[in-house]
Amino acid sequence: MKERNDDYNKRREHLKTMSDKELKEYFFKLSEKIVTPLVDMGKQYTSKSIERSVLLRMGFSSIECKAIVDVLYDHHLLSKGAGHCVYRLAKDSSIPIREAGLKLSQSENVEYLREVFDVHEES
Amino acid sequence: MSMKSLDPNQNLNIDNIVSDLKNYRPKRHGWTWRDKSSQKMGPFDFKQASTPLKRSIALQSARFLGGIDPQPDAVVTAEIASGRFEDDIRRMRMAAYHGADHIMVIRTAGQSHFDGLLEGTPQGVGGIPITRKQIRAQRKALDLIEEEVGRPINYHSYVSGIAGPEIAVLFAEEGVNGAHQDPQYNVLYRNINMIRSFVDAAESKKILAYDNIAQIDGAHNANATARDAWKVMPELLVQHAINSVFSEMVGIKPENICLSSVPPAAPPSPDLKLNLPYAVALREYFDRYKIRAQMNTKYMDSSTREATVTHVLNLLISRLTSADIQSTITPDEGRNVPWHVFNIEALDTTKQAMMGMDDLLSMVDIKDEGYIINKKREIQERACLMLEEIIELGGYYEAVEAGMFVDSGEYPARNSDGIKRGIDGGIGVGTVIKRDDDYMAPVTAHFGYNNVSQYDESAQNIPSFLINGSTFENPEKIQYIDELDETDNVYLRMEETKKYRNTHLTKPEVEWLGDGVVTVDLFFPLEERIAVQAAIKTGEKMNLVDVEAIHKEILHPSEGTRVQIKGRVNFDIDTSKLVLPELLDTMSEDEVFDYIKAHPMKVVAGTGGNDEHSVGMREVLDIKHGGVEKYGVEYTYLGTSVPIEKFVDAAIEMNADAILMSTIISHDNIHYKNMRKLNDYAIENGVRDKLILIAGGTQVTPEIARKHKMDQGFGRGATGLQIASYLIKCHKAMMSDEN
Repeated sequence: MKERNDDYNKRREHLKTMSDKELKEYFFKLSEKIVTPLVDMGKQYTSKSIERSVLLRMGFSSIECKAIVDVLYDHHLLSKGAGHCVYRLAKDSSIPIREAGLKLSQSENVEYLREVFDVHEES
Repeated sequence: MSMKSLDPNQNLNIDNIVSDLKNYRPKRHGWTWRDKSSQKMGPFDFKQASTPLKRSIALQSARFLGGIDPQPDAVVTAEIASGRFEDDIRRMRMAAYHGADHIMVIRTAGQSHFDGLLEGTPQGVGGIPITRKQIRAQRKALDLIEEEVGRPINYHSYVSGIAGPEIAVLFAEEGVNGAHQDPQYNVLYRNINMIRSFVDAAESKKILAYDNIAQIDGAHNANATARDAWKVMPELLVQHAINSVFSEMVGIKPENICLSSVPPAAPPSPDLKLNLPYAVALREYFDRYKIRAQMNTKYMDSSTREATVTHVLNLLISRLTSADIQSTITPDEGRNVPWHVFNIEALDTTKQAMMGMDDLLSMVDIKDEGYIINKKREIQERACLMLEEIIELGGYYEAVEAGMFVDSGEYPARNSDGIKRGIDGGIGVGTVIKRDDDYMAPVTAHFGYNNVSQYDESAQNIPSFLINGSTFENPEKIQYIDELDETDNVYLRMEETKKYRNTHLTKPEVEWLGDGVVTVDLFFPLEERIAVQAAIKTGEKMNLVDVEAIHKEILHPSEGTRVQIKGRVNFDIDTSKLVLPELLDTMSEDEVFDYIKAHPMKVVAGTGGNDEHSVGMREVLDIKHGGVEKYGVEYTYLGTSVPIEKFVDAAIEMNADAILMSTIISHDNIHYKNMRKLNDYAIENGVRDKLILIAGGTQVTPEIARKHKMDQGFGRGATGLQIASYLIKCHKAMMSDEN
């Protein structure tokens, strides 16, 4: 930010009359206003790390998680959820979750998922 | 899994700890606070205390106070991460004995930029690689250690960097109890893209919330980074607010949200005048959360004494305000990755100061008017003004992009030297992905939009139902990887130091088994520049290798310099060939009582020559300290600075069996001379055979005393029972001689 002198006394005019309690409430009201859009983004977006953390919880090793997520990312499937892809393949093929994940880590059955999820972006 | 409990007299078997980890499950999950309570210990009532430990090492002075070891109410932290987690385990055990119940493990340099989890046990730099195996081994050791000391130990590391959510899952699976998590840290100090950091943080925090893991924020890094740390106070409130409010909105309970707060200033600045108003301002605003009081590192140099004084002032602020977790900083952090002994010193400093300032606020108040209140309010107003401008700029991301944070001007003053990060910059830029309408994750503790209903409406709130439970419900689903690198792992490191494990061989050590590092403290009557080189040469002539000066202090520009050097010794010590000081025979109390009752004994006692140190003497004499009087031995106390002749004259006059001469001062070997003088005078008076001559004092050992013609000597820590036992042994021998 551009250099500027301390203009605290000028800026604080509107805070001067607030009681300590009012100032504290104001402080947290402003904080919530700043944080709310950040939390909302967290609800609507995901990342490779989040998806790998989902796969860990589904019983894959860190190495397997990385391989599966990289394949799904390259095929534009992460927006469906990595866990979702593994779950869907397992369900539709009637195979265990781990088997489905390991297939995906080898890029097997990816095209099937792209069809199911109607994904057409180029891999 | 059953494991043998630890024997305090046996080294922890690290081989056992690192083996058989595949199926190890932690004893418990989540954070544990201390059992805060008043404690009556000896003659004292402690108010800000907690249940004492089953096993601990008390402060040295406890020797004069019945060995009490009062423990403060706050959880106390030790940061232990030397680069070799296997050696850190031994240090953790020592730390637990000195009062640590929060063990924090610093990560190796570079881990925050690693895109995924590390596995195995590679050696670290400035910390350790956090991996499943390493966590499991340390948690397994701590599960044993906490039983040994009788208090739960919280284990802690960092959920930051570009793989935060994965690390959070790892921590929840492996029973890690506390974690640093603050996306601002990623953004400002690790240059990780801000959008990625906050999106990941939401998931990480949700996982921490699920497992009841306590969260510590990263705001204190601003005062470690800003040029004039005390000017960053308004921003510290802002940073704390952003992380705390974000965490609470994601679902962490307020009592698990801990603010990492360091008193930003340190002497020679007017420490309390700067730090106390800030501490009050912070605690007033964040009273729904917990305070993790950290110590100042910003102004540390190589003097461990100076760092310790700063840290005691930090502890005074903790006691004048509050601390739920009291962190400790080792006094050697300004010069190296902390060594064993300095972790312990930091813990002892904390215990000593906190219990020394017990119940301070029942006696003093912080004024509710004048400077402190005005300053407090000013910091709070400045923080509000900063929040206003963040909103004016368009929000948090825009404010970071404008370089608003970690500016060295006290807000609203700006010096144009803040940390600038682009919304479209940093590591991991462009890697967040918008979730589609049919996005789904069939696991527990997932944050945000999750369309489980498309498969099973009844599972919307229990997504892991779709897969019959995630690893959080079914830990047997966790995939364990042992080692990935055949050239860098704990087995190879332990093979190298094998000869020091469970053998007769040993070496001095500061951090790693067999490191051989020693320090030498030197003074030269020289100017600094020459003194340092003279010190290094001295170390080399002492056959140390890799000699380095680690500390210097100018006593006078020309008259003298103190230099501390470190170096390594290149020899081993064979402990089987050492001659050990003898262990004194001690009879049972009952035996002693009975014998003295049947054979009354008398002693004369005092401190010899020009020596006024009588505390130790009283300890072994008085009934109230468990001295010989307690067992029925009659004593005549001749006082301090007793002329040597007077001991013998008094013994003859009173028909005493023994003389107990205390001699503390060792200057010019006066204690040896007095021992010989006492012996000679007894001979001259023809009573040497009838009198038991005993010398005692901090510099006295049995061997030294006997060498200087005493019958026996007693050193530091001697008890009345030991002395009475010895008197009886001599008495029995004399009786049999007479017969």
